[in-house]
Amino acid sequence: MRRVHVQGVGRLPPAVRNVPSYATGPAWDEPQWSVAGPDGPELLTPAALDEAEMVQAVTAAALADAGLSRDDVGFICSGSNDYHQGRPFSFVMALDGVGCWPPKRESHVEMDGAFALYEAWVRLQHGDVDVALVYAYGRSSLGPTDEVLSLQLDPYFLAPLGPPPIALAGLQAQALVDAGLATEADFAAVVARAWRAAADDLYTSVSAELVEDRMLLHPAVASPLRAHDQASFADGAAAVVLVAEGAGPAIEGIAHCIDPMDFGTRDLTTSRSARLAHAAAGGGIPEVAELHLRFSPEALILRDALGLEEALVDPTGGTLPSDVPMVSGLTRVIAATEHVRGGAGRALAHCTAGPCLQQNLVTLLVAP
Amino acid sequence: MSDSDHTHETAPVTRFKAPTRLDYTVTAAAVTADFLRHILEQRLVGRRCPVCAKVYLPPRGVCPTCAVRCHEQVEAGHAGTIDTFSVVRIPFEGQVLEPPYVCARILIDGTDAPLLHIVGEIAPEEVTLGMRVEAVWDDRPLPTLARVRYFRPEGGTP
Repeated sequence: MRRVHVQGVGRLPPAVRNVPSYATGPAWDEPQWSVAGPDGPELLTPAALDEAEMVQAVTAAALADAGLSRDDVGFICSGSNDYHQGRPFSFVMALDGVGCWPPKRESHVEMDGAFALYEAWVRLQHGDVDVALVYAYGRSSLGPTDEVLSLQLDPYFLAPLGPPPIALAGLQAQALVDAGLATEADFAAVVARAWRAAADDLYTSVSAELVEDRMLLHPAVASPLRAHDQASFADGAAAVVLVAEGAGPAIEGIAHCIDPMDFGTRDLTTSRSARLAHAAAGGGIPEVAELHLRFSPEALILRDALGLEEALVDPTGGTLPSDVPMVSGLTRVIAATEHVRGGAGRALAHCTAGPCLQQNLVTLLVAP
Repeated sequence: MSDSDHTHETAPVTRFKAPTRLDYTVTAAAVTADFLRHILEQRLVGRRCPVCAKVYLPPRGVCPTCAVRCHEQVEAGHAGTIDTFSVVRIPFEGQVLEPPYVCARILIDGTDAPLLHIVGEIAPEEVTLGMRVEAVWDDRPLPTLARVRYFRPEGGTP
């Protein structure tokens, strides 16, 4: 097995463009992204950049961070989704951002960029390519993200009913409550902690004053879940440069497992696929973990499945305050990379896809 | 959900309809917005790549060859040369023009990547490769490429 290193990272921080109704904190400014201009960095609103410019900004930053240029890259893999972008073949247009000459081996997954990273890691195991550039972009603000996610359900029984994601997450949350494994106050505590941590995170532009004992007074949207239990959707992009036998945090293991599509056939109070993926990636207890959460109860399920203490999880605030569909998983890898660069010996990055934690991808990073 | 022509109780369901609809609000990024503002003023303004110096019209935010952002705006001419063309002879849904008509790639003077547009005021069989054409502006203030109604042979119909 070739040892693959995360040698460079780049990102446009999540920009939450629709202020959630429960945000009662300081006025939200229009988020801005810093990108390279003709005379140094310039600040632009997310709407000012097209997808190719977003991709250019993060891939150029990741290559510079890795000390490499496009000439060094042997494989490019990206993650995005046309249904989030609202146009066919959007990933082809975004390819402008990485340039076409000289041509590179290139691939795309209709998944989060963390899955593109997985494909790139596998590609580097072939041995003929040493450097892979991975990127992902998402602009959920263009379309009805909840409806897009509903359409990924099975087309015969569930998709025609069009349940919003929070309705399915509500089933999972209620299963936890019924089993005596969690209370609504536990869910609120997860959310409040995430927003507190996000306020201190360099890459999060969001803040909201959530007072824990008042959160339960908010009406339920999908009982027992409230609006704040769902992640706020955001726009963003991220890129990672992987180098076989390179420098920087190394990928100890990476694995992806899937639970059955039919909710009726699995125990919603646990995540067998997350546990198996974690074990396949190397298992054990990391010093820090960055989880991809779309709903607060998922934090409790994942902590249990992965054997994590609360204090180890999501010191950046994670994805509840700002979730960029197709990007958040790759951003978890970047956050884990930064923890290892900052001195952590071992960091876990998690990415989920599908309803109720159906799919789980676990990446374990270790100090070189 | 099953089709109404399934009259027999035990007839298998062979199909059902599950219509879906998703609505998006797609906004033009700054580079495209600049282009559309200029076209309202009856100007064709592209962007030059700082590395390979190619001028793109419509402008592109990133040079697709060099992967660098294009900042410099370049005023292009209102005439150009037909690079290649096709005669559209069949009707299709959503068609705006009456067939037959000519769809052409036109290399606008001062640019390096051809623009796709319509050639008018000339019989399709008389259009040739390398033909010089000029923009005929639409009177309506349209913030789209339809602000140019079509291109016609330079100097008017031959």
